[in-house]
Amino acid sequence: MKKSMIVNAVALASLWAAAGLAQAEDTLKKIKDSGSVTMGVRESSGALSYTLGDGKYVGYHVEICQRALADIQKSLGLAKMEIKYQPVTSQNRIPLVQNGTVDIECGSTTNNAARQKDVAFAVTTFVEEVRIAVKASSGITSIAQLNGKKVATTTGTTSVQTLRKNEKATGVNFDEVFGKDHSDSFLLLESGRADAFVMDGAILAGNISKAKNPADFKIVGEVLSVEPIAIMMRKDDPAFKKAVDDSIVAMIKSGEIAKIWDKWFMQPIPPANTKVGLPPSESTKAAWANPNDRPMEDYAKK
Amino acid sequence: MANWDWQVFCRSRDGGDPLPGCFGSDGDVTYFQWMLGAWGWTLQVALLSLIVALVVGSLMGILRTAPNKWLVLIGNAWTELFRNVPLLVQIFLWYHVIPSIFKSLQQVPSIVLVVFALGFFTSARIAEQVKAGIQTLPKGQRYAGLAMGLTLPQTYRYVLLPMAFRIVIPPLTSESMNIIKNSSVAFAVSIAELTMFAMQAQEETSRGVEIYLAVTVLYFVSAFAINRLALFIENRVRIPGTVGSSK
Repeated sequence: MKKSMIVNAVALASLWAAAGLAQAEDTLKKIKDSGSVTMGVRESSGALSYTLGDGKYVGYHVEICQRALADIQKSLGLAKMEIKYQPVTSQNRIPLVQNGTVDIECGSTTNNAARQKDVAFAVTTFVEEVRIAVKASSGITSIAQLNGKKVATTTGTTSVQTLRKNEKATGVNFDEVFGKDHSDSFLLLESGRADAFVMDGAILAGNISKAKNPADFKIVGEVLSVEPIAIMMRKDDPAFKKAVDDSIVAMIKSGEIAKIWDKWFMQPIPPANTKVGLPPSESTKAAWANPNDRPMEDYAKK
Repeated sequence: MANWDWQVFCRSRDGGDPLPGCFGSDGDVTYFQWMLGAWGWTLQVALLSLIVALVVGSLMGILRTAPNKWLVLIGNAWTELFRNVPLLVQIFLWYHVIPSIFKSLQQVPSIVLVVFALGFFTSARIAEQVKAGIQTLPKGQRYAGLAMGLTLPQTYRYVLLPMAFRIVIPPLTSESMNIIKNSSVAFAVSIAELTMFAMQAQEETSRGVEIYLAVTVLYFVSAFAINRLALFIENRVRIPGTVGSSK
């Protein structure tokens, strides 16, 4: 009795392991067999990936993913493919991709060397530049002027690290204050508790566009760091990565991706029909001209 | 379990290989050092708030049992006000709303605001317990004290409170442990305590499991230390044969 239980447990465990392996290896087969695919999305990642409520998710990366998945559906010859949307957070996105809950994550994940050990990234579709937002009336135009000032940033983002490294490298000494999320950090700037808000340019632009009086704020100064943001997939599944990459490269070649950018970053977007007003940066254009999945560390080297 | 990486704590937070000895020099700070610093903030916020909570809570609890309806009203109003608003909302009120009305409060460091927010929130709960402790005592004790010629404050000081506080040590212990755990909301107003460390470090290192496990242990150790300390006090002040001494 006891022995058979152990045998059963071992058999079950190896079955799970096998299932896990099969899943890890072949996403395309999984999509074909189940007729569905799970897309990881964010509740609020600027115009990259956000919700309209009611389980609807939209944004620049969501649209790119939808198109890539439509291409995959065509190549698999599936008459019908259901896309399931699974909201993820920065804390759970990598585990959920690894364990197979999410097949493709279309949010705002920075492609860096540490994460490449755990997951794979599609070719970079968005290059983020970490910038400084200040009140227009403050007269601050560069990081050197932040000496002795209070600088806000958001807990749980790579910008905190960027800021720290910059402080160390330049010898500029400022007090850091941390918002618990981006709107909180922006509130710190708005209410005068902070003199500057250091964060990804798209997020700054998005927050400024939603402010009571957008003209009161401006984005100034040098680019503090450059981060490739990409669509994330399971590691060691070259066939699926190639399918997604090919589809994205085709969108880049046909100029489709520039149109998608224009739709999400230059035109009014739902739900409030406000404009983000962020043209593609030089680094983003460079990534399109030369599609690659290099991690953030490679950008810092040049 | 096989791919756990505890070396992550010995890394400098500016990147690079794990440092020998887990402590950086020349401005290099390892995640381990950072975590200890964050633990210090957590304890500092919790203990300062606890002092505020015990002082204000005891005072309000006593007011609520005073033989004067205005004093009772003040005590009740205080308790209900701070007990019925969620803690995180209170923190935001202190940090964002009140300073926007009284501009001078903007200069007050956020730790002070958090200590008062957390302290007042907990004081409402302590007031309730102190009141319960005093009311548990037979009415005759109060009358006896007054009949012996003690003034009302003397009756409280020498007759009622010594017993009441002994009775409420167990629930006060729970509150003291809660305040350690509740101090995690301080991250919302830019205090670099353990929860903020956990959120930030896991983002930087992508080793969330290790970071959160270590932080969990530190919270547990802190709360458990308070628990043991309270048990020690409880045993030391126990009067054999009276309520509150089970052993």
